[in-house]
This record gives sequence, C-alpha cells and structure tokens, in this order.
Amino acid sequence: MSGPALRLALEIDGDGAHPAAWRRAAHSPDHLLTPRRVAGVAAAAENAGFTLVTLDDGALPPGSAPDVVGRIGAVERAAFLAASTSVVGVAPVVPVTYAEPFHVSGQLASLDHISVGRAGWVVGDEPAPAAARAWGRPLVDGTAARTREAGDGIDVTRALWDSWEDDAVIRSVATSRYLDRDRLHYVDFTGGTYTVKGPAIVPRPPQGQLVVLGRPDAVPAGRLDVALVGGPDLAAVTAAAARAEAPRTFAEVEVALDTPHAAAEDRVADLERHAPWTQRGRLRYTGGATGLIALLAELTGVVDGVRLHPLVLDEDLPVLSRLVIPALVERRLAVRPLPAATLRAHLGLERPANRHAVAVPAAPEETR
Amino acid sequence: MTRTDPLDVPRPHAQLHFGVFFQGVNHWTIWSDPAGGSQIDPANFRRVAQRAERGLFDAFFLGEGLRLREVDGRIHELDVAGRPDAVTQLAALAAVTDRIGLVSTSNTTFNEPADLARRLSGLDLLSAGRAGWNVVTTDNAWTGANFRRGGHLDHADRYRRAEEFLTVARAIWDGWKDGAVSGSPGAPSWSAPDAVRQVRHRGAQFDVDLAPTLPRSPQGHPVIFQAGDSGEGRDFAARNADVIFSAHGNDFDDALAFADDVRRRLRAVGRPEDDLRILPGTEIIIGATEAEALEKKRWIRLQQVTPATALGVAGLLWGLDLSDRDADGPLPKEDPVVAENDGSFGARRVADPREAVAEWRQKAETNGWSLRETVINLGPQRGHVGTPAGLADRFTRYVRHGAVDGFNITPYLIPDGLDDIVDLLVPELQERGVYRTRYTGTTLREHLGLREPRGAREPLGASAERPGAG
Ligand SMILES: Cc1cc2nc3c(=O)[nH]c(=O)nc-3n(C[C@H](O)[C@H](O)[C@H](O)COP(=O)(O)O)c2cc1C
Repeated sequence: MSGPALRLALEIDGDGAHPAAWRRAAHSPDHLLTPRRVAGVAAAAENAGFTLVTLDDGALPPGSAPDVVGRIGAVERAAFLAASTSVVGVAPVVPVTYAEPFHVSGQLASLDHISVGRAGWVVGDEPAPAAARAWGRPLVDGTAARTREAGDGIDVTRALWDSWEDDAVIRSVATSRYLDRDRLHYVDFTGGTYTVKGPAIVPRPPQGQLVVLGRPDAVPAGRLDVALVGGPDLAAVTAAAARAEAPRTFAEVEVALDTPHAAAEDRVADLERHAPWTQRGRLRYTGGATGLIALLAELTGVVDGVRLHPLVLDEDLPVLSRLVIPALVERRLAVRPLPAATLRAHLGLERPANRHAVAVPAAPEETR
Repeated sequence: MTRTDPLDVPRPHAQLHFGVFFQGVNHWTIWSDPAGGSQIDPANFRRVAQRAERGLFDAFFLGEGLRLREVDGRIHELDVAGRPDAVTQLAALAAVTDRIGLVSTSNTTFNEPADLARRLSGLDLLSAGRAGWNVVTTDNAWTGANFRRGGHLDHADRYRRAEEFLTVARAIWDGWKDGAVSGSPGAPSWSAPDAVRQVRHRGAQFDVDLAPTLPRSPQGHPVIFQAGDSGEGRDFAARNADVIFSAHGNDFDDALAFADDVRRRLRAVGRPEDDLRILPGTEIIIGATEAEALEKKRWIRLQQVTPATALGVAGLLWGLDLSDRDADGPLPKEDPVVAENDGSFGARRVADPREAVAEWRQKAETNGWSLRETVINLGPQRGHVGTPAGLADRFTRYVRHGAVDGFNITPYLIPDGLDDIVDLLVPELQERGVYRTRYTGTTLREHLGLREPRGAREPLGASAERPGAG
C-alpha cells in the first residue's frame, strides 16, 4: 500500500556525499567554488523535479586534505541560486550554536523575499570545539547545551519573523506614515545566554515563517516544520518518523546508482580506495534505479518526503533526473513542484498566522 | 555653460565613477507617489542594479541599520524602512548582473571576523570579483540590544575594533595561496598540500583560530569602502580603505577641502594620493531646462519633506517633540535642548544645535520661510540639480580638479529613479571624455582603477602592482 506522494529534496553541497566525491566529479577541483557550478547544480535539480535543495554548511572546512577544504557560505549560495531558479525550494544549513540569531533571522527572511517564498532553514549544529575557536566564542559544550542554543536560536528567529505584521507597511499618505508602529513588535527575547530586543529590520517573510527543518534529536521538541529522520533500515526510519513530533517528516537517504558507465558498487569501491564513506545512521542504497524506485515506494506512507544524498552529484543526479524521478512521478509516488507556489505550499503546510495579528475588527477603528 | 580647457586642470584625464546607493531607510526615498515602488520586492533590486549596469556604474551599494529607528522610544513611522540583509541580497544580484560591483555596508561591532569575512568572500567568488565592503562602526548600546554581546563598545574602541577586524579579515582572505586548488581532474589532492594557512590571531578585540575556507577571488579580496566622517574615521580610511564614501559632494569648495584633507592623511601614512577613491553620496535631479529641473526639485522636496517629516527633522534638531506644531507656521520659539545622542536615529547629528537653530531662524526670517520650507532648504543632504549638459560640465570640473572621483547616487524613486541619469547624464559625460563608454575590466577593483589589495599574501613580488587607471 502506498501513501501520499513523496516530496523530494536533494542535498547539493560540494561534489556529493562521499568525502572523495570530487575525484569522480565532471569538473576539475577549481571549478567547485565558481558561480557557474553553483547555478548549474541548482538548475539540474530544479529541472529534475526536486521540491527542495539543501546546502550543508558550518564554520569549519567541509573536509580535510587531500579532500575538499573549500566552501562558500550556504546562505550566499542559496541567495545566488534562488535568483537563478524559479520553482525549487532552497534551504541553507545555518547553525546557531555561535552565530548571531538577529543576523541569521534577517538573512533567512531576506532569502525568502529573494526567492518569493521558496526558502527553508535547515537548523545546523557546530559540535566541534574548533568552531568555537573560529568564532572566538566560549565553547558550547555538550549535546544538551547545543540543543538549548538551537532551541533559543529557533525561538528568537521565529519571533523576529513575526515582529512585523504582514500589513505593517501602510503607506498612509493622509497621515504621512509609511509604517504603522502598532503592527511592529519588540520580541524582548530572553534565552539561556543572550537577549534580543527586536523588532526585525527585514519585513515578515512572504511565507510568514520559513520552513524550518532539522534533526529531531538536535532540536527541542515542537520547533520543526520538517523533521529529518535517519535510521539504517526501513524499520528504524519508520520508528523515527513515528517519534518525530513535527508536521512533516523526511527520511535521509544516501544513494549510489548505476550509471551508463559504471555500476554503483564499483563507483563506491573506487572512492573507498581514497576515503571511507562513513555510516551516519542513514538509509543507504547502492544499485540500479529500479531498486531505488522500489525503496522510495516503500517509504510513501512512512514519511512525507525524502532527502537524497547522492554519492557523486555529477554522476547520480543525471540518473535521478532521467530514470528515478520520472518513474516515481508517473506512478504518482512523487510530485514535481508547481510553478508560482511557496515551499510551504509544496509541502502542504499552511501559511501561519502572525502571533501578533488580531482578527480584523468588526467595526472600523478610530483612525489617528 | 563654459567648458574648461581640458588640459588646464590638475587632473586632465581623471574619470568619474558612479555608484548607486539603494538606501532603504530614510526620508529621501519617496513612497507617497504611485511611482514609488516596494522597498523589499526583489524585482526592484534587480531593476535598479541592471539599470545602473546599463549606465556603466562601478557599484550597486546597500546600507545597513541593525535596529529600526526610534524617536523618543517609539518606532519612527514616517520613512521607508524594512530592507534585506545586504550580503544576502547582493549574492542574489550577483546571479542577474555581470559587471557591476556589489557593495555591502556591514558593521564591525556586531559581527565576528570569521563569519563576516567568509560571507563577503563568498559574495566575491559568486560575483567573480565584484564584492565591496563598506566598513561601518556604529556601536551604541541601543543597537547592541539585538546582539549577543549586548550593551556597548566604548566609543574610543570602535575604530580599534574595526581595524583589528580588518586585520583578521585580510588574513582570512589571504589565507589561501593563489592557484591553491587543483586545475586538473585527476589530481592526487583537491588542493596543494600547504595551500591553506591557519589564521591565529590574539588581540585586544579578537582571539580566533581558524582555517579559512575560501580562495582569493579574481580581484584578490573585496574592495574596502569606509563611511565615517570624524577625524578618526578619515584616518581609518587613509590607513585601510580603497574608497571613502563621504557626505561632502554637494558643494565644490567643501568637496575639495575634504578631498585635500583625505589626501593629506594618505600621504601621512605613506600611501600614494591616487590609492583612495572619493565618492560622496549625492542626489541628482535632472530637467530639460534649468527651470524644469528646479520645478522638479520643488516637487521632490515636497514629497520628501511632508509636514510630519518637517516636524520630525526639526524635532531632532531642537531635541523636542514638535509633532503637534504647524509645519506651515513659523519656527518654534523655544531654545534647543542639547541632548546626548543614543544612536536611536542614526549616527549623525549636528554638533551644536544652538548654532544651527540660530542660523535657521535668521534665514527663515530673511526669506519668510515656514518651518517646512526651512527644513526643505536647510535640512540635511542636498544634491545636484540641473540640465544634463550643465551637470556634466559641473561634474567634469569636480573630477578634473580632484574634488571627487565620482558620486554614490541616491535615487529619490525606486525603482526608476536612475533613468534620467543613465539615459541623459551619462551620454553627456561620455561626450566630455570623463566617463567610460564600456566596462574595460570585470572586477570592482578594475572598475575603480585600484591596485592589488594591500597586504596581499606572500609571495607577491613588486610586479604585482598594477598602475591605477585613474
Ligand atoms: C555617507 C555616509 C553613509 C553612512 N552609511 C551608514 C550605513 O549605511 N550604516 C551605518 O551603520 N552607518 C553608516 N554611516 C555611519 C558611519 O559608518 C559612522 O559610524 C558614522 O559616520 C560615525 O563615525 P564618524 O564619527 O567617524 O563619522 C554612514 C556615514 C556616512 C558619512
């Protein structure tokens, strides 16, 4: 029995999920950090029919020598590719372990304006002590402390997104007022380690609230729109999805596919000569397109979507685009996003009312 | 209009550089007219940037204010407000423009070097070498209430922090050797073994230890702009900046005096005079005739300075709430209150309000002006008004005499406020040989005719210096 059609997300950081993926990439290493490369991958993902692309990030280099040590900030890449795509959702990873929530909130709200409502936020985490030294901040030590920082970061960011009501810009020529200050709100947030006054300096995002994604074990409950759930097999994913208290769940799936030139197993083996593809407790599929289609079919009804982590983007994305997604869409196991809709709409999430909005009064209020 | 003999001037070959400043927070952007567009719609940012690029501008420029402005503890309602994060918006514009520089105003007090340097560097790579950073130092406790550090940085420390910030940022930008990343697909290693230098810095302001994650861009690293006006600010610019964004561009003598002062400071720190571009902010109003231009100016000022805005501007000067007064009546009788500026309405205020009020009174009386007319005529920021030919002559004189290197132009209407400048003024300047007829470079540094970044990473031989293009 299959459930509702899946929404498909693709992680597009670097050259792929394998640390040595760059060795099989279709371009030389020095093309990775170019605008052409960033835009090209996003366009391919959009054309393939993905609903969302995510971009991994953090303060530290993505890997260590001899592998890739360079990475452009995810928010900058997301803004750049939002301006060069038109349908696909865009969600950068932004950790709030050390970052300024006021800046993070403004950057993400701006991304939602730039993409006209296609933005999401994958709440990240900076577990390495080296991240604290890069930021020049005291170490946030241990899972509990980082989870608290993530919770505070999400709470204040969401509060700032609501600090402008949708209709705060009134452009009242009669009273010479561009803004109505009664529709702007101080957030007066007090967290574990800092306070934020508000209101935001960026108007409320087009989606009201961006789609917030994250690992349910790294974020206090009740804060996510989409829980990204792991699990090494279908039973574990099913259990994790059932536990996740979020409106939507996406399963994390690492994939290595047969290509016209090489079998999936051989491609993996080739890269394993250089570096191990460490297990991160996620579903992993290695093989032909047909098998992946069958696996994803099994996930319908278990989760609302999947986030695919291809072994090598340049090799696996064409197979996903030519064989996997068309077959899923044809059998109504997955849907392509429609133009001119928000990411929330693609995911079947309502546009949330502003926490400060009052119901429209029955009688007209006295004007100032 | 008489034309000066082209060679009988101090800088006979100097070229004008234009930037456009999409302000987003101020009373100079007209919102009450139907032609006044959204301040947040991405289409308007794209339109202004692409229009400026068609006009062969050097740069598109965004400002920053990290708290909504307030007057007497209440959010200011009269002006446009609500703008995108600058680096984020500029990264989007990098995808839809080819040549124009993209300059972000970003604060050194409420950012950390590893994060901001990386964001700017990412913008620089995504735009293939077109990023700029306008280094600002706003440091008041009122803005600090939005940030982890909270509170306040001692006033004397703000440029110290800015300077140390730049030192760390430059170390991060220069942390990768040129050609660090392999150019061949079969390379044994993604980057050369010793390609990346760890940045370890321990100073009074920052204690950081990090591995930079980005290579140098086609222009080395972002072009540094500076917009402080105090002596400290000017010295900071002389030591660190490639471009100074001043408020001295509306009067020739004032502009020249400022430029001479900056050049003196440059010499004092051992930099050549042509190492720093001076681009004052200004507004340009164009009419087919002088009379038409003046009439247009009158209309624009009435839109900008509504009665409520006039009372607000005067209220700031007097230090009093004047919102219940009649803007079309006389100036307030009271003496101004000299109050400490808490930063809640931007950083700039006149030094001595009593002196300014005395001048306002005298001029209002002489000319029979109402309060609103006085604000229109004497309030902050005026620009240039004239015909395309007249303005072209005037700007030619400014640049050839070394009073400016160009202007950072604030359009009074978004998104179409640049049209007259691009369509009418630019051709006149081109005819006079003071404005490019095509982009000859691809990076912001090349547009501005600047040398390789100062403090470039070793080993960069003396041959790395490129002559300035003027
Ligand atoms: C033309 C001009 C534009 C400025 N734009 C900004 C801005 O967008 N954001 C900001 O925080 N400060 C801005 N400033 C403020 C300066 O960065 C600086 O903080 C302020 O001028 C006080 O420094 P000073 O005492 O050296 O003049 C601007 C200043 C000038 C002169």
